[in-house]
Amino acid sequence: MRRLFSILALVLMASSAFAVEPGEMLSDPFLEARAREISKELRCPVCRNENIDESHSTVSGDLRRLVRERLVVGDTDDEVIAYVVGRYNEYVLLKPQSGGINRLLWWAGPLMLLAAIGAGFAYLRGRTVAAAPAPLDPNEEARLRELTEK
Amino acid sequence: MLVELGHFALVLAFAVAIAQAVVPQIGAAAGWRGWMAVGGPAASLQFLLVCFSFLALTYAFVTSDFSLRLVTLNSHTDKPMLYKISGVWGNHEGSMLLWVLILAGFGACAAWFGGNLPERLRARVLSVQGSIGVAFLAFILFTSNPFIRLAQPPLNGEDLNPLLQDPGLAFHPPFLYLGYVGLSMAFSFAVAALIEGRVDAAWARWVRPWTLAAWIFLTIGIALGSWWAYYELGWGGFWFWDPVENASFMPWLFAAALLHSAIVVEKREALKAWTVLLAILAFGFSLIGTFIVRSGVITSVHAFANDPERGVFILMILGIFMGGALVLFTLRAGAMEAKGVFSMVSRESALVLNNILLAVSALVVFVGTIWPLVIEFTSNGERKLSVGAPFFDAAFTPFMIALAIAMPIGAVLPWKRAKLGRAITSMRGAFVLAIAIGALAWAMQSGRSAVGPVGAALGTWLVVGAALDIWARTATRSARATSRFSRMMRLPRSDWGKATAHAGMGITIFGVAAMTAWNVEDIRVTQEGAPYEVAGYEITLNGVRALQGPNYSSLMADISVAKEGRLVAQLNPEKRSYPVARMPTTEAAIDNGFLRDIYVVIGDPQQGGGWAVRTYIKPFANWIWAGALIMALGGGLSLTDRRYRVAAGAAKAKRMQGVPAE
Repeated sequence: MRRLFSILALVLMASSAFAVEPGEMLSDPFLEARAREISKELRCPVCRNENIDESHSTVSGDLRRLVRERLVVGDTDDEVIAYVVGRYNEYVLLKPQSGGINRLLWWAGPLMLLAAIGAGFAYLRGRTVAAAPAPLDPNEEARLRELTEK
Repeated sequence: MLVELGHFALVLAFAVAIAQAVVPQIGAAAGWRGWMAVGGPAASLQFLLVCFSFLALTYAFVTSDFSLRLVTLNSHTDKPMLYKISGVWGNHEGSMLLWVLILAGFGACAAWFGGNLPERLRARVLSVQGSIGVAFLAFILFTSNPFIRLAQPPLNGEDLNPLLQDPGLAFHPPFLYLGYVGLSMAFSFAVAALIEGRVDAAWARWVRPWTLAAWIFLTIGIALGSWWAYYELGWGGFWFWDPVENASFMPWLFAAALLHSAIVVEKREALKAWTVLLAILAFGFSLIGTFIVRSGVITSVHAFANDPERGVFILMILGIFMGGALVLFTLRAGAMEAKGVFSMVSRESALVLNNILLAVSALVVFVGTIWPLVIEFTSNGERKLSVGAPFFDAAFTPFMIALAIAMPIGAVLPWKRAKLGRAITSMRGAFVLAIAIGALAWAMQSGRSAVGPVGAALGTWLVVGAALDIWARTATRSARATSRFSRMMRLPRSDWGKATAHAGMGITIFGVAAMTAWNVEDIRVTQEGAPYEVAGYEITLNGVRALQGPNYSSLMADISVAKEGRLVAQLNPEKRSYPVARMPTTEAAIDNGFLRDIYVVIGDPQQGGGWAVRTYIKPFANWIWAGALIMALGGGLSLTDRRYRVAAGAAKAKRMQGVPAE
C-alpha cells in the first residue's frame, strides 16, 4: 500500500485520466507499436517508477510526442532512446546502460549465482565425502577382532 | 480521555517489553526458573496493552475525533465506516502501531502455544521477541507518535487518500504486516538457538510453522496489493517492480527459501547453519523493506537527508539487530555440525538448489532496488539513474524459469540417495504434455513472442508434475480405484500442501506469461451509440451520466460488450473526483472471466465530441492471483499437517514422516 503514496504524487499532477491519449497516437500501427515499446523503457522524469506510457503527467505526454516525432523522422529505436537520454539525462532510462560501473549491476545476478552454485557444490561434496565412516582406531580394531574371533 | 489511556498503555507496553527482553534472558543464562517464567506473562501483557492502545486509536478514527492530529490528516466524517477503520493503518503512524500490535501478537502466541518448548529456549525466544518490541515501541513513541493532539481541532478532516479507499486495499496492509512481522518469530528462534548453541530437528519443527504462516500471509498480502493495482490504477498492470513492492517481495523469496531449508533440518539434520542464516536474513529483509518504505530514501537521498529522523532510527534498529545476529552467527555457526549425509543427487541437493535460486534471485532484486542509491551516493549526487521493470524482467525471470524447470523433478527425488533418471522418467508424462501445450500455444498465437508458449509449457509442467507426484506416491498394485483413493486420503497433508503450492506457482507463471504476451489493447475516441470491435468483442458506449457518491462525485459510463450479437457484459467504468482530498481517480470496470477479463476505462470528453475509451482484453488475468491463493492454500494444508498438530516434542522429532513410497 505504500506504493500509493508515490502514486499519489503522480495522480495529483494528473491533468487527464489517461496515459496514452488517442490524439497522440500515430496512424501507422507499426510505428505506433514501436513507440509503445520504446515508451515502456523510458521513465517519467517527475513521477516515481512510472514509465511514460503509463504516466499521466504533462512531461510524459511531451516525451511520448517527442518519441513519436523522432520515429516519424526515421530514427531507429536506439537513436530515439539516445536522443531522449541526450536531452533528459540517463535518469529516464528504466533499463540502465550496461557499460561502466553498471556492469556490476548487470553481472550481479550471474556472478552471485556462480558463487552460490560453487558454495553449494562444495557443501554437497562435503556431505557425500562424510558418507564414509571414520576408520576405527587401534583399540576399536582390537575389540572388534576380539568379538569376531570368538 | 480514552486516547490518553491508549497513549499511556503504549508507554506501559514499552516498559513491559523492556522487562520481557531483559529478565528471561538473564534467567536463561543463570538458570533461574522464576526469571525465565517472566517471559510468558510479559508477552501476554505487552500484547494486551498494545491491543488497548490500538483500539483507542481506532475509536478515535471511528468517532472522528479531530482533536487528534492523525485523524485530522487522514479521515473525514463523510467517509464510509470501513475506510474510517482502515484509515487507522492507512498512514505512517497508525501502520507502525499495527506493525507493533502484530509483533506483540506473535510474541503472545509463542507464549501461549509454546508450552512444549524447552523452558530455556522459550525464555530466550520471548526475550528476543521482546527486544524487537522495545525497538519498535521506541520508534513509535519517539518519532511517530499517533496520539498527538491538536491545540485547535478543525471542524472536519482532510480525508484519506482516495486510492486507499478500496476494499482490496483495506486488508492489504494487515496481511502484509502479518507476513513481515511473522518472520520475526523465525528470527527470534534463530537468535535464541544461536545463544543456546543448539539447532536440531525439534528446533526446525518449531520454526517451520511460524515461517509457513508468515509466508502464507505475505503471499496473500502481495496478491491483494497486486490485484488492487490491477483494477484500481487503470491500466491493468499487476506488478511494477516498484521499490515498495520489492520490499515485500524480497522477504517473500527468503521466507520461501527458509521454509524449504527448514525441512532439511527437520528431516535430515543438515543445512543447519544455512537455515539459521536464512531465518536472520528473512527478517532482516523485512526490516530493510521497512527502512526503504519508511525513510523516503528511495525517492531520493535528499528527501532522506531532509527528514532523517525516522530513517536513521530504523537504520539503527536494522544495524543493531542484523549486526548483532550476524556477529552471533559467525561466532556460533561452527558449533552446528550437520549430521545428515547424502549423495549429490538427492532431495537434500534439490532443496539446496531451490535455496540457491530463491536466495540469489532475492539478492538480484535487492541489488536492483538499491542500485540507484548506490550510484547517487558514490557520485555525491552527480549521477542519477533508474532501475525499472525492464531490468528486473531481464535479470529476475531466468531464475524463476530455472526454478520452475527443477521443481517437479526435485519434488519427487527421495532423500539421501536418488536416481535422477528414475525421477525424470516419472515426470515423462508432464514433460510431453508441457511441450504439447507450449507448441499449441505457439501455433495459436499470432505474434512471434516466446513468452506465452514458454509460460504455458512451464505452467503445465508444474501443474501436471504436482499431480503426477501425488499419483506416484499413492501407487498401488491393487487395480481398484477405491484403494488408490483411500491412499490419497491417507497421504500426509504436507504432501498435499507441497503439490498444491507447486501447482499454484505453475498457475501464476502461466497467468503472468499469458497476460504479458497476449494482452490486447485498444485506445480510441468513441461517440455515444457507435459500436466498435476489439478482438472479436463489440463495444458500445451507450452514455455517460453524473453521479454523487458518499464523499465523491463521479462520471459513470454505460458500456455494453457483445460477442456475435449476444450481450456479454454491461460495464460501468467511472471517473471519480474526491473534493476533500482534491484528487481524481479512475475506476476501471472489469468483466471477470475464467479465460479472459474485459477491462474498460473511461477517459476525458473530447473537444470534437465523444469520449476517450480504453479497452483491454486480458487473457487469463485471474489466474495470476488464483495461483497465488492456491500457493497460500498449499501452505495452509502443510501447516495443518499432523506433525504440527500433535505436540511437536523433542522426543518425537526423530520420527520420520513423508519419506516417499519406494
